Amino acid sequence: MGFAWGPGDILVYETLYKASGSGCSFIHEIRKDEDIYSPILRKLFNESHHIFVGLQTIREELPSKSKKPQFVSISKNYRSVIRACMEELQQVAVRKNPHSVFYSDVSILLAIELIWNLCEVLFIDAAPAGSLLLHLLDWVRLHKADVDERAREVLQSESPAEHHDYWDVVVSYVLQGRLEEVRQMLVKQGTLQPAARSMYKQMDTLLSKMPFYNPGGTQTLTEFDVKWRHWHEEVDRCMQDNSFASNRHLEVICKILLGDEDTLLDHKELLGTWYHFLVTRLLFCHPTVKPTELHYYAQSCMTMFLDSRSVSEPLDNILLAAFEFDIHQVIKECSIALNNWWFVAHLTDLLDHCKLLQSHNLHFGSNLREFLLLEYASGLFTHHSLWQLAVDYFDHCPEFGRVYLELQIERVPLETERKALKVLRICEQRQMSEQVRSICKIMAMRALRNNRLGSALSWSIRAKDAAFATLISERFLQDYCAKGTFSDLDLIDNLGPAMLLSDRLTFLGKYREFHKLYGEKRFREAAKLLLSLMTAKIAPQSFWMTLLTDALPLLEQKEVIFTADQTYELMFCLEELTSSLNITASSTDRPMQEEDVEVTKVELLRLALARNLAQAIVKEGTVET
Amino acid sequence: MFVARSIAADHKDLIHDVSYDFHGRRMATCSSDQSVKVWDKSENGEWHCTASWKTHSGSVWRVTWAHPEFGQVLASCSFDRTAAVWEEIVGESNDKQRGLSHWIKRTTLVDSRTSVTDVKFAPKHMGLMLTTCSADGVVRIYEAPDVMNLSQWSLQHEISCKLSCSCISWNPSSSRAHPPMFAVGSDDSNVTYGGKVQIYEYNENTRKYGKAETLMTVTDAVHDIAFAPNLGRSFHVLAIATKDVRIFKLVPMRKESTSTGPTKFEVQIVAQFDNHNSQVWRVSWNITSTLLASSGDDGCVRLWKANYMDNWKCTGILKGDGSPLTGSSGQPSAMSTVLGSSVQSSQNALNGMSQKGQLE
Repeated sequence: MGFAWGPGDILVYETLYKASGSGCSFIHEIRKDEDIYSPILRKLFNESHHIFVGLQTIREELPSKSKKPQFVSISKNYRSVIRACMEELQQVAVRKNPHSVFYSDVSILLAIELIWNLCEVLFIDAAPAGSLLLHLLDWVRLHKADVDERAREVLQSESPAEHHDYWDVVVSYVLQGRLEEVRQMLVKQGTLQPAARSMYKQMDTLLSKMPFYNPGGTQTLTEFDVKWRHWHEEVDRCMQDNSFASNRHLEVICKILLGDEDTLLDHKELLGTWYHFLVTRLLFCHPTVKPTELHYYAQSCMTMFLDSRSVSEPLDNILLAAFEFDIHQVIKECSIALNNWWFVAHLTDLLDHCKLLQSHNLHFGSNLREFLLLEYASGLFTHHSLWQLAVDYFDHCPEFGRVYLELQIERVPLETERKALKVLRICEQRQMSEQVRSICKIMAMRALRNNRLGSALSWSIRAKDAAFATLISERFLQDYCAKGTFSDLDLIDNLGPAMLLSDRLTFLGKYREFHKLYGEKRFREAAKLLLSLMTAKIAPQSFWMTLLTDALPLLEQKEVIFTADQTYELMFCLEELTSSLNITASSTDRPMQEEDVEVTKVELLRLALARNLAQAIVKEGTVET
Repeated sequence: MFVARSIAADHKDLIHDVSYDFHGRRMATCSSDQSVKVWDKSENGEWHCTASWKTHSGSVWRVTWAHPEFGQVLASCSFDRTAAVWEEIVGESNDKQRGLSHWIKRTTLVDSRTSVTDVKFAPKHMGLMLTTCSADGVVRIYEAPDVMNLSQWSLQHEISCKLSCSCISWNPSSSRAHPPMFAVGSDDSNVTYGGKVQIYEYNENTRKYGKAETLMTVTDAVHDIAFAPNLGRSFHVLAIATKDVRIFKLVPMRKESTSTGPTKFEVQIVAQFDNHNSQVWRVSWNITSTLLASSGDDGCVRLWKANYMDNWKCTGILKGDGSPLTGSSGQPSAMSTVLGSSVQSSQNALNGMSQKGQLE
């Protein structure tokens, strides 16, 4: 069995049936990475490209500390792009077949955003103890938004407090630390049960007094810790006093406020994930958790939560690695789990800018970023329009970016001139002269094969390919000799300094100029030009006969155009030509007719020249009276 | 992850080679039915056969495209002991409408006395040069001095490798630090000459190709050989299809200024994979030398990739009809299964963002 690799990741292979008789063989074409082609994901690529380029241009001189808010905002930009894409996909998925592939895309994006958000909190924002928990709380709340949906449903019902989901909603709010909402909900219950009013009042007080750390405030972390402990003790006392013993629900809430593990685990369904469990537990047990302590809690929470399953999912491993601040592990796990390099490439790039990959071996760090960016960008190159985004990514890969770009860009199919020009512009901007030459040559060759001489000429001029320009000029001249007219006059007329690329081209341009002058009846100038073409040896000798024949009408004008000197020179040229022709004429078998024509031409010329000379001498010798 | 499409090739016998053109929009196939077919890819991605003609009087083993800088040019080689060069002629307008084109033979190279087993064009920076290798162990290098006249080719070099040759590969590097170099693989069953891969290098002083290295560790028949794109590296990477897949690294050792012989190389084996568990028939690199593909008698195509630590691993397996092989190690599975049940909770979270219930 054999195959061929195509450029652009398309693999084709033939199947060789060794045993079959007259089988019709098949060729199979395989294409990778179909997700790139989804139009919504394309938007993701486009917009993240924009953010990426912006990130690269952040000035290096500022110390990283002051750049942190910038990096955080860039991270948030990336995340909002992911979310926008997710929402669009969601809408499309809803409209289409419910089992379409879009769903898996959506869930992947969701997971990506979840991971990215956590990385932003832990690595980029690098919140210290105190703020850390608040950020984690935000993180969990953002990814467990169904609570609000359910709450809305409950509150919109006729009697919210009697809704079957009521207590679930209340507990969910508690688990997320949204105590204001809890209090609002409990008020409804409280009015319903006037007998238990004091109990509800007590709970309300407890809830209102729970301290939350204020990072912007004057309170230090230690002070907060003390306050929190006081509060915790108060809740504990309520528990010991059996204050809420008569109301099962309130008791549960109280236990949650104390951070009782068993109670929390009882509500696995409401928590949903082990990381929600982790954050809730930290909220109610250890709100001043330090970043370095996180991984202890993370590991134990995961184990406690997942005890029914022995194997953890890749997503869990990724999050755990993040809690352990093992950036490389996070990147590695993500690379394995996802088949598109988009996420790891952009995240690693951002982390690299935050100088977070440098704590390891520098060489390793920058290599990893570049490796991932190159992978991602190479994947983009296969797409007929996204390849242009890839160019910017290659630009920002210092080691291999350029050579990758060189290799990839010359494979871009040049279906139209417009596309070829686009590709050329990119190459010219980067001084990729070999690629420029090659692309121009390919286009010139293609034009020549299709007999579009003008196009071929302009491409070979652009390629600065003197040899090819010479070849095409020859063709033009041959065409002229055959048909008597030039094609593509516009091009030849406007050659300008490009004319100097090749001798033949220069001649072509000048010869055309001669025709123009003749057409404008500027005979003297035309004559001078014609002569100079021969004397300055711009014209190839093979063409001299034609030039001399062109001189005939000028010689036969009533007015004398060529001066005596010029006429002498013309004669000299004619002699030079005939003597060289004589040398060759004897050795070639030319038909008698052709020779006769040549001989007649020469005779005519000699006669005309002689006559002109006579007239010129007379004219120049005459004194004007 | 992979999308497969079948094309009915319409050859009346086994297909021996498939070759993409430089831009990947044209394809040539050759077969034991002695013909070559050229296919063009249309804008919607469909392949259409635009030419089909008899090229030789024996099975056609290989077909290859020249660089588009030289126009639309193909070369083929055959069991009938010849190699031929073909050029596409821009056809009449009604032919174009029917989507057909004509290819005419520019030259036949008849120097070989045995079946010609491979034909390859040299890298474009060397001009328009064609290389053939034959079953009698002779490698021939031809040059067309005038690229506009494809009927004139002169035999520039004739190299005897002493072993029946099956494949050639040119080093694509155009760096001035690397003289032109090619590798020849042999499927000879002779055991006295141990190494079945030979590396030849052009010597500026003698103006000839001299043997620079023999890979002695490759002792089984070699079916295919491929140099990886160079990427500006100082060393070379070579993949070999034999009873397994092997990747070698050739590091040029520093030459003394007085040395006029070929470069000495330090040969390291980078990877060896016997996953095909059978003869490996083809190896091929992608454009940036980051992926190697191999195909074998087990009817599978395997993809190999190196991570940033330069460790090579299998990243994909495709069966004969293009479908991925599931349940094998090292195979990246579909995205949704990887994230598993966490997906479910994620779905629930997503519910909260938009209308509830429609995902159910």
